[in-house]
Amino acid sequence: MIPFQYARANDVADAIKQIAADPSAKFIAGGTNLIDLIKYDVEEPTRLIDISHLPLRSIEQTSTGGVLIGAMVPNTDLAYHPMIEERYPLLARAIMSGASQQLRNMASTGGNLLQRTRCFYFYDTATPCNKREPGSGCSAIDGVNRINAVLGTSQACIATHPSDMCVALAALDATVHVAGPAGARTIAFADFHRLPGNTPQRDTNLEPDEIITAIELPPKGFSANYSYLKIRDRLSYAFALVSVAAALELDGDTIKEARLALGGVAHKPWRSSAAEAALLGKRADATAFAQAADWLLHGAKGYGHNNFKIGLARRAIVRTLGQAARGMPQSLSDKKIR
Amino acid sequence: MTSYIGSATSRVDGRAKVTGEARYAGEFNVPGLVHGYVVESTIPKGRVVRIDTGGALEVDGVLEVLTHRNRPPMADNDLAYKDEVAPEKGSPYRPLYDDRILFTGQPVALVLADDWETARVAASMVKVEYQKEPHVTDLHAERSRAFAIDAPEKPRGDAAKAFASAAVRHAAEYFIPTEHHNPMELFASTAIWEDGRLTVYDKTQGVQNVQKYLCGVFKMKPDEVRVMSPYMGGGFGAGLRPQYQVVLAVLGARALKRPVRVMLTRTQMYALGYRPASIERLALGASSGGTLESMQHETIAVTSQFEEFARNDTGWGNLLYKSPNAKFEHRLVKLDLPTSCDMRAPGAATGVYALECAMDELAIALKTDPVQLRLQCYSDRNQGEDVPYTSKQLRECYRQGAAEFGWDKRNAEPRSMREGSELVGWGMASGVWEALQMPATVRIVLTANGHAEVATAASDIGTGTYTIMAQVAADMLGLPIDNISVKLGDSTLPQCPLEGGSWIASSVCNAIANTARAVRGDLLKLAKGMKDSPLAGAGVDEVALIDGKIVSKRDANRAVSIASAMQSGNAERITREEVNKVDEDKSHARNVHSAIFAEVKVDEELGVIRVTRVVNAVAAGRILNLKTAHSQIMGGVVWGIGMALHEETLFDHHFGRVMNANIAEYHVPVNADIHDIKVIFVEEPDEIVNPLGIKGLGEIGIVGVAAAIANAVYHATGKRVRDLPITLDKVVQFE
Ligand SMILES: Cc1cc2nc3c(=O)[nH]c(=O)nc-3n(C[C@H](O)[C@H](O)[C@H](O)COP(=O)(O)OP(=O)(O)OC[C@H]3O[C@@H](n4cnc5c(N)ncnc54)[C@H](O)[C@@H]3O)c2cc1C
Ligand code: SF4
Repeated sequence: MIPFQYARANDVADAIKQIAADPSAKFIAGGTNLIDLIKYDVEEPTRLIDISHLPLRSIEQTSTGGVLIGAMVPNTDLAYHPMIEERYPLLARAIMSGASQQLRNMASTGGNLLQRTRCFYFYDTATPCNKREPGSGCSAIDGVNRINAVLGTSQACIATHPSDMCVALAALDATVHVAGPAGARTIAFADFHRLPGNTPQRDTNLEPDEIITAIELPPKGFSANYSYLKIRDRLSYAFALVSVAAALELDGDTIKEARLALGGVAHKPWRSSAAEAALLGKRADATAFAQAADWLLHGAKGYGHNNFKIGLARRAIVRTLGQAARGMPQSLSDKKIR
Repeated sequence: MTSYIGSATSRVDGRAKVTGEARYAGEFNVPGLVHGYVVESTIPKGRVVRIDTGGALEVDGVLEVLTHRNRPPMADNDLAYKDEVAPEKGSPYRPLYDDRILFTGQPVALVLADDWETARVAASMVKVEYQKEPHVTDLHAERSRAFAIDAPEKPRGDAAKAFASAAVRHAAEYFIPTEHHNPMELFASTAIWEDGRLTVYDKTQGVQNVQKYLCGVFKMKPDEVRVMSPYMGGGFGAGLRPQYQVVLAVLGARALKRPVRVMLTRTQMYALGYRPASIERLALGASSGGTLESMQHETIAVTSQFEEFARNDTGWGNLLYKSPNAKFEHRLVKLDLPTSCDMRAPGAATGVYALECAMDELAIALKTDPVQLRLQCYSDRNQGEDVPYTSKQLRECYRQGAAEFGWDKRNAEPRSMREGSELVGWGMASGVWEALQMPATVRIVLTANGHAEVATAASDIGTGTYTIMAQVAADMLGLPIDNISVKLGDSTLPQCPLEGGSWIASSVCNAIANTARAVRGDLLKLAKGMKDSPLAGAGVDEVALIDGKIVSKRDANRAVSIASAMQSGNAERITREEVNKVDEDKSHARNVHSAIFAEVKVDEELGVIRVTRVVNAVAAGRILNLKTAHSQIMGGVVWGIGMALHEETLFDHHFGRVMNANIAEYHVPVNADIHDIKVIFVEEPDEIVNPLGIKGLGEIGIVGVAAAIANAVYHATGKRVRDLPITLDKVVQFE
């Protein structure tokens, strides 16, 4: 852990000015991920710019019928917000299945998107890791990789993005609002996180001098037929081995629209337009779900300890789509999987 | 007057704990306190070639950086470092002693600064250059190098031959991975150096062990070193041996002549002791009628390159099951790791896991109910020693546990019970542990105002020692419990062994009884000195102390109040110190037993396991406190669930490092994993084991739990998982 300076940002413009002025500075929001990484000497910012007091804490309906969520809204507030619970329960469930109550109280909406991988080697500075130290090598490929990715990997990195919330945001086609020295812009959720390729050190397409100001949800929330199923090594307070966000629009038992995203398997929430298209017009049954699973898992590759994730994901997809179709989402308190 | 012994008395130290009044080793603040932060080795084996402490020393607030080169002097012989629980063979690790690296995470420097944060920053600036040597950390890869150690259990008959000719046989290997203790409280020591005397607040299960150890390492006289550990946030065996931070704190204090605290981080604690990974091979041969003909148990377990740590994994079958032929073997593999150490029910948690899974597999092979098989093989004698038990209500444990659980409704067929998408499985196992007593001295100071202080050097590691001692003393002295104060965890108090092995309750409570008897004798003498004493002629065992009075057992009307007896004799206080009588009599075996029944629900497709019910029926002699006893067993069951499903220290053998050295990734059960746990205490009067009939409860709660769950998982799914932890990918074959 290295010494750092601490400064508060007065407003968004000030935050951008401060971060643009100092390439070794970092924003701090809830701090639940950044502080850990500083303690482990993984992140070494010389200056922390506290953005937790910025007026980005509202959850508002947009003129087009969607919802705009301020980047500083704590995960707990978001999950318990009546509008989210009612219209976007998939998002509420995904958030509530992550971390612990205490962490969710601290964690911010923007920070959740930018949390870094839990790959064991990324955290351990005594081992090589391309994401932490580009060019040093990937220890996980031949190492302890039970928690690593099976989709969209590269020779350089097989890390996963660990968020639950992001899996739901991906399925809901959210948009990320950002602002930087060049002004404000929006990034479609699918384009926000990157695949590792040859630059695993870059998790997202956010520029270093940009700030996330809000997340926008489109009007459609799939509140009737949805489910978020998280499979992990204990029944709470663990990251997903595999998680599935499923949302359906049904006409009787015919699928009119489908959204399907996986967590715990790739460097970003994993979606496939082919998988979702394959469900359109089909009867909502196990055969159709299995086909969608095959599409979504196309090209999946295990690295030893994590081989099981592929088969597990296939079954989890079928199960989650079934829960969504029956209108019986996975319960968070009763850990029995329906 | 109510009897406190046996009642569900709340912890006497509960209030102090929840208000923060109870202070732990890292919480004693003294003026001028210096904080130490440990720099750890990043390699598992080799030598330190160079340490550059320049950068660290330049940091504002850093006072000193100690390494093996500039540390104060320490003893140079193994004997000085051998604490009470050090393995017999080997040369104990010496912290910061020389340039040799024996394991990853070993301390190579100690940064001393005005505050902890500064020390931590500076620690990251210490640059260490190593000369690496090839290392080994993988038990499986090294098992061919295993060497046999002297096993305590002797062979009987010809086990191999009997196995070969047995009508029904089962042989298999079971595996338990390395586990770490992860007590909630971090290891810490505060060393205060004053006028050549040392006072140390240490997180330890044995203050006198640490005191003797420090005297040896630093060549000090016993009256120059005082070690205290009044409270502990969990020990579980991790605090039996002196841990390296206590040596570092003293080195720092001696170097600076100032008080120094060294607190480890959670991650650093993964370089302390651990439950050794073990491969357990069981071979059971039975007659077609379902009695054992042959029992073989071999263990291969991990120790360090420099010490041979081993506990009894293999002997438990001799206590539980009759078999005319038996053979046991314990082997060790030396790896480049710290020395393994005791962890709750050392040996039994692992050995009985394998034994009880093997018995389940044998029952299946015999098409016999698992409880029935255990009754058929039930042994009323410890066969190794060929002696009967002081008491053994294990049959009753099976009966009451099975009844509470509803075992008779079990369909023996695997995969036969289901609930929606979940397969339901019921499994059971037996548990066994020792009922030991060690010599302990208890001092009682009774004052004329009717208060008593009860003191011994034991540590209360969180189990409730303060409370049971107060209960026993209150009953023995005839005083309300609020009039009793218990003093523990100070090396200057009367001698007491380490808190471990489940022997503290029996040892200190029997010592209290003896000391109270001596106090009673003194009181009786005073009472007899009174004019027209109603107790004239009574002997010490003909009176009892009840409700503040010395009362004749024959005639309750003949009584003298303690207050007036002391007043008449002008006695301000009575001070007595006695030791418990530890029976060397080998004519009986002394053990506690249990029967565990578990229900699991396993998602058939996804392999997700829920342990929905556990019944643990325990026979452990006299139960001193239903509440703390219940908590002990419940905690043991929770840990057993963790052992079965979650716990595993993950190594990268290429780097020789623990990869999940934190409690986010080293999984223990959370609330969501714990459902219904029912604890039953089976009546077990025992007049032989010791005068109070106490057997101890610390370890038995975990023994057998993982086996009951593994057996239930098999019953649910038809899939036998022998390698712990039972994760979903081991239960379901995901193609
Ligand atoms: C033990 C543990 C278990 C957890 N389990 C789960 C889990 O099961 N599922 C899950 O989804 N998550 C889990 N989490 C992660 C948790 O959700 C994240 O740590 C949290 O969401 C991060 O939010 P924060 O506000 O605290 O971010 P911070 O730690 O403050 O910041 C994280 C990063 O984002 C940057 N940043 C923050 N806000 C902005 C912004 N507005 N614009 C630009 N950059 C920004 C920071 O500079 C930093 O780099 C767990 C965390 C812990 C510690
Ligand atoms: S998978 Fe990525 S994060 Fe993990 S060691 Fe390899 S490069 Fe580093």
